[in-house]
Formats: sequence, structure tokens, C-alpha cells
Amino acid sequence: MAGLKLENVTKTFGDHDAVSNVSMNVANGEFVAVLGPSGCGKTTLLRLVAGFEQLNAGQIIVGGEVMSAPGQSVPPELRRVGIVFQNYALWPHMTVAENVGYSLKVAKVDRATREKRVADALALVDLQGYGDRRPANLSGGQRQRVALARCLVSAPSLVLFDEPLANLDVHLRAAMEDEFAAFHKRTGTTIIYITHDQAEAMALADRIAVMDRGRLIQFATPRELYEEPATEMVASFIAQGMVVPCEVLSNETNGRCRVRVLGQEAEFRCRKGQGVTADAKVCIRSADISAGGDGPIGVIVRRSVYKGGGSRIEAVAKADESVDLHFELADPHRLEEGATARISIGSGWVIPAEGAA
Amino acid sequence: MPLTGARKYQGSDGALIAGVAIIVAMLSIVPMFRLAFEIVMPQGSLSAAPTIAALSGSATWTATLHSLQVGIGGTLLAVVLGTAVALLVSLTDVRGRGPFVLFYVVPLLIAPQVTALAWLQLFGPASPFLKLIGMAPPLGTRNPLYSTGGIIALLGVQYAPLVFLMVRAGLRKLPRELVEAGLSSGAGRWTVVGTIILPLMTPSIIGATALAFVSCVGNFGIPAFLGIPAGYLVLPTLIYQRLASGGPAVLSEVAVLSMLIGLIAMAGILAQDFAARRRDYRITSASLTAAPFTLGKWRPLAELLMWLVVIVVLVLPILGLLLTSLVAAYGVPLTMKTVTLANYEFVLFEHAAARRAFFNSFGLSLAAAAFAVVIAVPLAYLITWRKRWWTRFLNLSAELPYALPGVVLAIASLLLFLKPLPVIGLHIYNTIWIILYAYLARFLVLALRPTISGLHQIDRSLEEAAQVAGAGLYRRLRTIVFPLVAPATLAGGVLIFMTAFSELTVSALLWASGSETIGVVIFSFEQGGDSNYAAAVSTLTVLVTFVLMLFTNLFARHLPSGVLPWRD
Ligand SMILES: Nc1ncnc2c1ncn2[C@@H]1O[C@H](COP(=O)(O)OP(=O)(O)O)[C@@H](O)[C@H]1O
Ligand SMILES: [Mg+2]
Repeated sequence: MAGLKLENVTKTFGDHDAVSNVSMNVANGEFVAVLGPSGCGKTTLLRLVAGFEQLNAGQIIVGGEVMSAPGQSVPPELRRVGIVFQNYALWPHMTVAENVGYSLKVAKVDRATREKRVADALALVDLQGYGDRRPANLSGGQRQRVALARCLVSAPSLVLFDEPLANLDVHLRAAMEDEFAAFHKRTGTTIIYITHDQAEAMALADRIAVMDRGRLIQFATPRELYEEPATEMVASFIAQGMVVPCEVLSNETNGRCRVRVLGQEAEFRCRKGQGVTADAKVCIRSADISAGGDGPIGVIVRRSVYKGGGSRIEAVAKADESVDLHFELADPHRLEEGATARISIGSGWVIPAEGAA
Repeated sequence: MPLTGARKYQGSDGALIAGVAIIVAMLSIVPMFRLAFEIVMPQGSLSAAPTIAALSGSATWTATLHSLQVGIGGTLLAVVLGTAVALLVSLTDVRGRGPFVLFYVVPLLIAPQVTALAWLQLFGPASPFLKLIGMAPPLGTRNPLYSTGGIIALLGVQYAPLVFLMVRAGLRKLPRELVEAGLSSGAGRWTVVGTIILPLMTPSIIGATALAFVSCVGNFGIPAFLGIPAGYLVLPTLIYQRLASGGPAVLSEVAVLSMLIGLIAMAGILAQDFAARRRDYRITSASLTAAPFTLGKWRPLAELLMWLVVIVVLVLPILGLLLTSLVAAYGVPLTMKTVTLANYEFVLFEHAAARRAFFNSFGLSLAAAAFAVVIAVPLAYLITWRKRWWTRFLNLSAELPYALPGVVLAIASLLLFLKPLPVIGLHIYNTIWIILYAYLARFLVLALRPTISGLHQIDRSLEEAAQVAGAGLYRRLRTIVFPLVAPATLAGGVLIFMTAFSELTVSALLWASGSETIGVVIFSFEQGGDSNYAAAVSTLTVLVTFVLMLFTNLFARHLPSGVLPWRD
């Protein structure tokens, strides 16, 4: 097992920075999710760590050993890093057991030990007795598990997952998520897990690295990302936070400050040292909005989607129709399209100004 | 601070790249440079004398003119025939497409000299077939195929399937929306074919035209069998005759002639490049192919026509060949009494050179196929998965000896090995090894192309997964890459075997007593007037081709489409 350290890692394709100045420090045994919209450089980052791409600047250190530096790089086959590929990448001309045992064979492990370790690995992913099958004769979930077994059989120091659930259907995903969590608990391996699905990242990871356009935006625990997003992008990307313009009326004291948002004055959470400003943004979660009463903010309902037991209401503020809001409305209350309602915002997070981090 | 491990990695990579590059250079760049060198510095000293001698002879220009004549004529015929058949098969609802394509493409796999022999046997005054149906002209009548028209006709028949395959591949990529848009704007089918489909197919047709032209001007077998008796020489046959009568002394002069034919072929390729660049109709969308036009009551007629084509271009000539191989002597009519297997017995067991030729050709083809299969995998791997700016040149270099007419490579090989190689003292001139060298160079690309297209269809993460499992380069090539592309590469190997087995162009110039090939033996029999023996040997090669085709079909399922030309 090993920690992973990225120092100012930059990777350029032509004149386009796919990964730009990313630094992060992953502790031994930590489960880190890399989250971001498609095309933001997640796969490139993972391939840099695996050694398939050469970086332009910075350093990658695995277990205290420099693996990549500009102009030099330890080849992937010598890194002892495991990968579970998005499309599984199982070798169709080998049986399940041959797939799983390949790395042991390469390492010249003797036959008896090899067979035992393959059997153990298959047992670990609940595939006892599948050793003689061909990958073509397995279901999607089973293939995923073979890929997992193949990666863990050699006890790699670091395991990389590239959107491993993207090709599975919804109910299989939930099952596999549990399996990954169990796998991490059992083995204690350091895991870098790439996904564009924030719910998946929140459910699995100790910490999440949010990326956007090649940059690392925020690297924090799921709770911190949800409660204290560092930028508008993180705020709206995680759990569909609403980003609303506001005025900060007082300096921060005890992590709170007074703000005026859509005409309502309230006390919101904020970062230490937040100062008074007329031009700020707050992140509001739908749970922070209470409707049905006689709140200070008027809204016009644009859409109402029945969710069973309640509705999700999408609305715009009367004061500023460019501000989209959404919230839950429990039965038996109802709001039709076009109706007006009054809401109040109970809590929120003042998003720190860019560069104030 | 150098990273541990990084060095070893570069080592095995570098060795592979260097090894493959050296082999490709040895087979392509070196012989071409040797040829160019000979033209600038004939026999080692700067002189223009051989060039002047070659270019001032009237025979040269007559042969050049003839080459252009049959080249252009054969190409036109092939393009018209091949395109028409491709349109019929691809755009309409005719039945029996699969078997038709199988039979229609066969002439491409039969050596040109066998095609020539077959047609000669069919139409000649001694034709057992014409005798059977009572239409044989009197003995002594001139065979109508010994003429310019005959050469053009056979070149057309030989290479129409080449055009067919390329145009059909293009038609398959034609998105149906384009056709449907035309139809729904009120255009009739003929209008759609003329204004939408054919214009969109111009890149395919232009490409096919260039390929057919290069094949026609470089062809040796057909003008050798049909032209030499009529005193009608094209550049390849002129080179052959000069060399046969003058020996190594005239090498500098024929080098100039081979350069001439090489330039004509290159001109064809460049013209294609030029024409293609001005018409960029790249089709990007991946869509279903258009629904076939229904022929209605014309369908049976179209199908009849289709199979008539197969009968004329394949069945009748092969029948002519077979019948000739079964009669005891020239001009004897075939009856239950005269039918005999004596010709086969003679060529297989009695005639020493023919017997040797079977061994030689078998060994040469097998070696060429095996070598190509082994080299194609790392080479294709570098070209597709390890793309760099220079891998393109590797690919071009491997294509060159096949793209240029066979005589060019043969002359280059002769020049290269006439004297023992310096330093190592390798002496292979006048042995079977020089033929092997030329075969390796010429046919490598036939295994390379399917391997490249196979690799394009395989996800590279399969290799990367092996890499993170700790497997080094050679192990990955052996345990992952090779097994995955093996079907495509091996199919290429089979194609090489078929092509090399009855090859004539290269071996006609390189053979010596003891290193005869089947192609050479057929040629010698025919030149000596022993058409019956020539027909027997040819029938056997056609049989081998058929058996190999059927055998390869067994694992066709595992192949990327387009690897086996005869599989639709
Ligand atoms: N080999 C490559 N050559 C050029 N551009 C690339 C290459 N690989 C990725 N990119 C570009 O880098 C950016 C990030 O890609 P990627 O890391 O695959 O994103 P993600 O995995 O987050 O969807 C994209 O704009 C992509 O087009
Ligand atoms: Mg990706």
C-alpha cells in the first residue's frame, strides 16, 4: 500500500491543458474520488498516475518514490498500480482464471500458489467456480467483478478505477458500489476512483477531488463539499446546489455573517474572514427553502414534478427572474405551474470570492 | 535524478523499433536505393551511357506506348465492369449475393498467367471445349487473344474484381439518408444513381482506377502469354526478354527500363492523389446502408446476367484449362477414349523441374507467409498503437515493394545481390534465396494491412491492462496482441501463400536452374508449346487456391470484415 502525491502536475495535448497544475496528497489507504464533468481531464489524470501518459510539468510520487517527472517516467509495468478499466478490458482469448492469474504468471509465481491466489481473488468477488468461463459468457456485473479480481490478485499498492460503473444499469450499480466499499474496507488499499456521478462519489469516498477544465477545484470530504463548496461550479455540481447572488452585510463572526438575498435578510454560514461585499453568491440547498408559509421572497412556479409524497417545485424569483430555485413541497400542499408562492431561505453558504481560498 | 526502471523500459522499446525498422528498410528502402544508384552510377561509375542507350532505342518507346495502351485500356474495362457489377450487387435486391461475390472475386486470386493460359485454351483452335461444342476453328488459325485487344480484355477481367471490391466497400458506407433524401425530393432511381450515388463514389472509383492502372501496367503474365507470341512487347516483357538474352551485362540498361515502368505506376498513383484531393466527399456519419432498390420483374434477368458474368469470367476459362489438361496432346479432341491423367502424372512425378517447382513454390510461399505473419504483428503494433510521426513512413515503406510493379523489385533484387554482399559475403544470386528475399519484400504488406485493420478494431486498454499487470513489451506482444489479431494476420498469411504459390513476375526474372517456381514452369511449358502440361500445373494451382479459400472460410467469423476479399 502506498500514498500518492501529485505536485503541480500539468499535461498538455497540443496547446490544450488537459490537466493543469494539479496538486494533491492522498494518504495511505484513503479512498479518493475524482469527480468532474466529462472532458475535464479525469481520465488523463488517472493515466498519468498509471504511467500511460508523460507529464509536462510537476511530479507524481507513489509510496515515496518518484514515478513521473518531466522527461522521465517509470513504465506502467513496473509501477505496481492496479487499474479497473471503464470497459473492463478483459482479455477475450483467456478464461476468467487466466485473466485473473495473468499478473502472477508474469511475476513467475509458481503454479500452486498462483491457483490458490486466483481462487482467493475470485472468492473475494463472489465468483467461485467461474474460473473456466470466458469473459464473453459473463454478465456485465460479473465482468466488472472479474476486472476487480484481476486487479487485486497482485495486491497492488494503489488501485485506480476509471468510471467503473458507467456501463452498468442502475440496480447493478448500487450493488457494485457496496462491493467496492467492502473491498476497500477489507483490503485497505489506496484507491483513486474516477466518476462523473456525484452521488457515487459521495457514497464511496473518504475525500473527493472536484475537477473542472483540467484544474483541481476543491479537494475535501463529501460533507465539506456539500456544506462549504469553494466555488460556484462545486456548489452547483454537488447535489444540484442553487447559486444565488447576494449582498454580505457584516463581517464574519463565528463562521457566520449577515446577508441579504432576494430581499430577505438572514444569517448564513461563511468562510473565516469573509468581509462585507455587495457582490457575492450563496449556495442554497433545496432543504434550506421552506415554502407554504408567508415567507419574504416571492416566486413564480415554472414546473411542478410529482415525486410521490411530495413535489419538486422549480421556480424563479419574482424580484429577479434569472434566479432559478427549486425545492420540495410535501403533500398535501400543491403548487401549479404559473402560480405564485412565498418562500423563505433558512440557511446557506456564502461562496468565497475566487482566489480567496 | 534518473528514475529507476525507466531505462530498462526504453531498452526493450528501442530494440523493437530498431529491429522492425531495420527489417523494413532492408526489404524496401535498400533495394530501391540500389536501383536508383544504378541509374545514376551504372556499374559504380558516373555515366549516362546505359540511360541513353535504353532511352534512345525505339523498342523502349514502342514498349512504353504498348504499356500505356494496355494499361489504360485494361483499366477502363476493369473500372466499367467492376463499378457496374458493384452497383448491381450493392444497390439492388438481387439474390445470392454471397456466393456471387465469392465466385466473382476468384479471378483476382488466380495468377494472371493462369488466367491467360485458361483463356488461350478456351479460344484457341486446339480448344477441347470448342471442339466439344463443335465450334473450333481449323488448326493453324490464329488465336484471337494474341492481340492488343486480347491483352486488354484479360487485364480487364483480371482486375475488375479489384475495382468491384473497392467500390462495393464505398457503397457500403453510403448512408441511407443521402439516398432517401434524393428519392423524397422526387428524383427517380436512375437520377439518384447518377446525381448522388456515383458522385459520392468518385473517391472510391478514383482510388480503384489508380490501383487497377498500377496492376495493369505492372502485369507480366498476361502480356507474356498473349503478347510475346504476337511480337507485342510491353515494358515488363521487354525487360524480361532483354535480361533473358543479355544476362547480367544488360542490368544497367534494364534498370532504366524498370525505373520507367515504376515512374508510370507512380504517375498513376499521383494522379489519383491529385484527383482525390479535389473531391473531398468524406462521408462521416455512421448509418445503416440504404435499402436496396427493388428490381421487380427485372430481378430474374439481372440475376441471370450476374451468373452469366461468373460463367464467362470464371467457369468457362477454368473449364478450358481443365479440358486441356485432360487431353494427351495439342489438338486432340476430348472424348471418353482420349481423356487421360497422363499430363498430371508427368508434371508431378516425371518432369524433374516441375516436381522441384512444386517444392520450391510451396516452401517459398510458406516461408514468405510465415515471415510476414511474424513481422506484421510488431510492425502493425508500432503503426497503430504506438503512433509517432515516423511510423507513417514505416507503413509507406512496407507498401512500396507491393505498390510498385513486380519487375521493379526483381531488378532491384538482382542488382543488390549480383555480387556477394560486402562484409558478410552473402551470395544468393542465382539461388532460391534471392526469390525468397523478393517475396518477403513484396508480400509483407498483405499480412500487414489486415493486421492494422484488426488492431484498429481492438481496444488498446486490453494491452494497457497487461501492462499494469507487469507484462513487458515482448510478453504483451506474444500473449495479448498476437492472439487478438491472429485471425486477421493469419488470413493475410493465407492470401500471401495463395499469391506467392503461382507467382511469376518476380520469379521469371530471378529464377535459375534448380530454383524454378510453379509460375516459371507454367511459363516454360507454354513457351515450349506444351500447353497440356502447363494446363495441368495450372489446374493444380487453381485447386490449391480453392482449397485454401474454403479452409480459410472456416474461421471467417473471427475476422474483421474486408480481410477475406471473397467473403461478402
Ligand atoms: N491523447 C489525447 N490527445 C489529445 N487530446 C486528448 C487526449 N486524451 C484526452 N484529450 C483531451 O483532454 C481532455 C480531457 O480528457 P479526459 O481526461 O478523457 O476527460 P474525462 O475523462 O474527464 O472525460 C479532453 O478535452 C480530451 O479531448
Ligand atoms: Mg474519462
